[in-house]
Amino acid sequence: MPLTVSLSRNDWSLHRKGPIDQARHNERVKEAIKGNLGEIVSQESIITSDGKKIVKVPMRSLDLPRFRFDRGRKNHAGQGQGDSKKGDVIGQESQGDGQGPGKGKQAGDQPGIDYYEAEITVDELAALVFEDLGLPFLKPKGRALVESEEVRFDEIRRNGVMSNLDKRRTIRENLARNARAGRAGFGGLKNDDLRFKTWERHIREESNAVVIAMRDVSGSMGEFEKYITRSFYFWMVRFLRTRYTQVQIVFITHHTEAKEVDEDTFFNLGESGGTKVSSAYQLALDIAEERYPAAEWNTYPFHFSDGDNWGEVDNQRCLDLVKALLGRSNAFGYGEIQEGGRRSPSTLMSAFGQIKDPHFIGVTITRKEDVYPALKQFFSTREDLERQVAAR
Amino acid sequence: MSPDEVRQLEEAIGEIWEIADRFGLDPYPVHFELVPATIMYEFGAYGLPGRFSHWTHGRAYQQIKTMYDYGLSKIYELVINTNPAYAFLLENNSVLQNKLVAAHVLAHVDFFKNNVYFAHTNRSMLDTVSINAERLRRYEFEHGREKVETLLDAVLSIQEHIDANPRLRRTASEEPPHRRRDDRPSTPFDDLLRLGEAKPEPVTEVRKFPAEPEKDLLLFLADHAPDLEPWQRDVLHIVRSEQNYFLPQMQTKIMNEGWASFWHARIMRELDLTESEYVQFAQLHSSVLSPSKRNVNPYHVGMKIFEDIERRWDDPSPEEREKLGRVGGEGRARVFEARQLDNDASFLRNYLTRDLVEELDLYLYRLEGDRWVIVEKDWEVVRDTILTSMTNFGQPYIVVEDGDYRRGRELLLKHRHEGDDLDLDYADKTLRYVYQLWSRPVHLETIIEGKPTTLSYEGQRGKAELVRRS
Repeated sequence: MPLTVSLSRNDWSLHRKGPIDQARHNERVKEAIKGNLGEIVSQESIITSDGKKIVKVPMRSLDLPRFRFDRGRKNHAGQGQGDSKKGDVIGQESQGDGQGPGKGKQAGDQPGIDYYEAEITVDELAALVFEDLGLPFLKPKGRALVESEEVRFDEIRRNGVMSNLDKRRTIRENLARNARAGRAGFGGLKNDDLRFKTWERHIREESNAVVIAMRDVSGSMGEFEKYITRSFYFWMVRFLRTRYTQVQIVFITHHTEAKEVDEDTFFNLGESGGTKVSSAYQLALDIAEERYPAAEWNTYPFHFSDGDNWGEVDNQRCLDLVKALLGRSNAFGYGEIQEGGRRSPSTLMSAFGQIKDPHFIGVTITRKEDVYPALKQFFSTREDLERQVAAR
Repeated sequence: MSPDEVRQLEEAIGEIWEIADRFGLDPYPVHFELVPATIMYEFGAYGLPGRFSHWTHGRAYQQIKTMYDYGLSKIYELVINTNPAYAFLLENNSVLQNKLVAAHVLAHVDFFKNNVYFAHTNRSMLDTVSINAERLRRYEFEHGREKVETLLDAVLSIQEHIDANPRLRRTASEEPPHRRRDDRPSTPFDDLLRLGEAKPEPVTEVRKFPAEPEKDLLLFLADHAPDLEPWQRDVLHIVRSEQNYFLPQMQTKIMNEGWASFWHARIMRELDLTESEYVQFAQLHSSVLSPSKRNVNPYHVGMKIFEDIERRWDDPSPEEREKLGRVGGEGRARVFEARQLDNDASFLRNYLTRDLVEELDLYLYRLEGDRWVIVEKDWEVVRDTILTSMTNFGQPYIVVEDGDYRRGRELLLKHRHEGDDLDLDYADKTLRYVYQLWSRPVHLETIIEGKPTTLSYEGQRGKAELVRRS
């Protein structure tokens, strides 16, 4: 009988194709997340979570689209256990146990939109959010420079440990030597050809910086305003702590009176009352003068409010205080939150309109999706602008 | 599996081959390979070992891996239609499980070899796909990974739109006709000489392009897309040739799985099994054949139909003997005939009887509100709906209607509406991919809720515009 069947078993441990394409798919998930950061950043599930937790980010369109039928509008065939009858319910759409548009909460009434839930930790997400951010107008300041050390492989030497052999350069040296001898090609490797990677210690110096976070907790701040403020400061605090080891943050809340609070209170406080923005600015200025001398500290006051300030007189006072703060700060950030953008700029914002200093950064937020652009606006390093300012 | 178990399995496979041979199965030689689960789900994700890289394969890999890791589903075998055939078995399955799988595989290979829809498949496809993969790697090297990926995204989004009956093809469609203007004067004085004569009717012969609607969208684009570079056309051909290979498998899913299940059960009963092995076999067999509420389990339905054919031709009722002239004892011959000549559509049309629909408890269900509800039990409606859903493998039937639409080389596609509407969101997105390939405005005629509708993607001056006209 001719050989018709055979059985064998091989070593497949070096086979990596699937994981490689899987990695590419994950890359695309990341790209898609990056493209939708505006929507994702302000999601409630994220700002209430701790760092390690995995958040599910609903993503559209990671599936390859095709011409296909509308699944929600056609009949499908199935099989019962022998006792099925008309009218039997065999499943609930919201369970999302099928493929296709059965996933996600809106699937029922919106057939055709596929939600793919990408899983990502808040830390990973933060890395994406923070990729292009930095403190604007940062200057080297202060005696207490903090040194952080890192080891980088960035030197090539003729001798070293075999495990650090730089094969590419070694081959190049060999080729070059052969070429000099009139031979083309690789071969006859000598000790002279060997090149090794080696490392150096780098000391990174960081500057001192303090951020003064101010938050309006007056009665006029509605749910939306509170939410946006929290969302923004959540990312701001995370960002500063991840990027700069030497950043101090001072938390101030205010209505008609301002007070310094701890981080927990700052994020959870809900109060009511009128609004006197100048009280917060005054306190910020006092704290800065007292604890953070301008010669040693980069200072960044930030303030979020609905702009509903108490009277022209206070607006004027605010303007003066902001100018005073600007005089000793690297930048001043003001974020005004107007749900739906229904109003014209507040009197406070109009007053700030007079400030021509590029170190004043004013932003209006009308939707949840504006939080990410606002972050980008406040925390872009503004190198162009810095050069302009320096040139003046 | 220990080396000892591998030897046991090897012996058993020899025995299984002989039993299959006695039953009249006629497979190609089969090479079995024991692989770890990672390799199994990788091959499952790619469809074939060695196929080209693309993130959609990576996505499938991840899904299958997750299902496996959570114990939700498991691929027991993967068999490849080549000569000799290749089959992959899981190395951490028990000997008994792999015996059953081997029997199942032999019936699949018999089907590949003898079913007429497979007659023209490329039996050295493993070589072809790795050559294709190599070519795509070279294009990545020459033109950059991103360019190749962008192109593949577009091509794969329409990969199902090829011609299922390539042997009925007409000659390749021609280039668009140049509009002739026969009234053009040949000398400046022509019209003077013709003064007083009646002006002849201008003869403008406007031929259609393509002459008849073209089903093979991939081929049409490869041949006629105005601005593609040669390597890009080649990518279209690569995807099309691989899709052509998979096509008969899509056409015969129920039959192929039914046939394999029908035979693995018989072959296993011929083997000398201990009582505990028999229990293992019964468990695996019934888990493979368990009916599904939400779709038609091809293993179960296919096997039941083959069993029913065998019974009805072996032992016809008096009525069948009288009216249909069945003499009895022809069951075996009849199932072999079906496996040779039918595809799923004709198989169900010929053999899915009223009794079977009722016995299998088949029904139709649809979405009502947010609940999936059974709406139909009538056997003819059920059978016909299943049959309709097989038209064009459950894909919308789309043809190239005009490759010179609005006389501007725009592309007009037409969806041949057969009762089910398109998913508009997906159609919009796919149309953008077609535009990417055609690089001129593209249009799709379809019917939405009874109204003729045209989706257009014009992409003018870099601006994305989606026009929907009803």
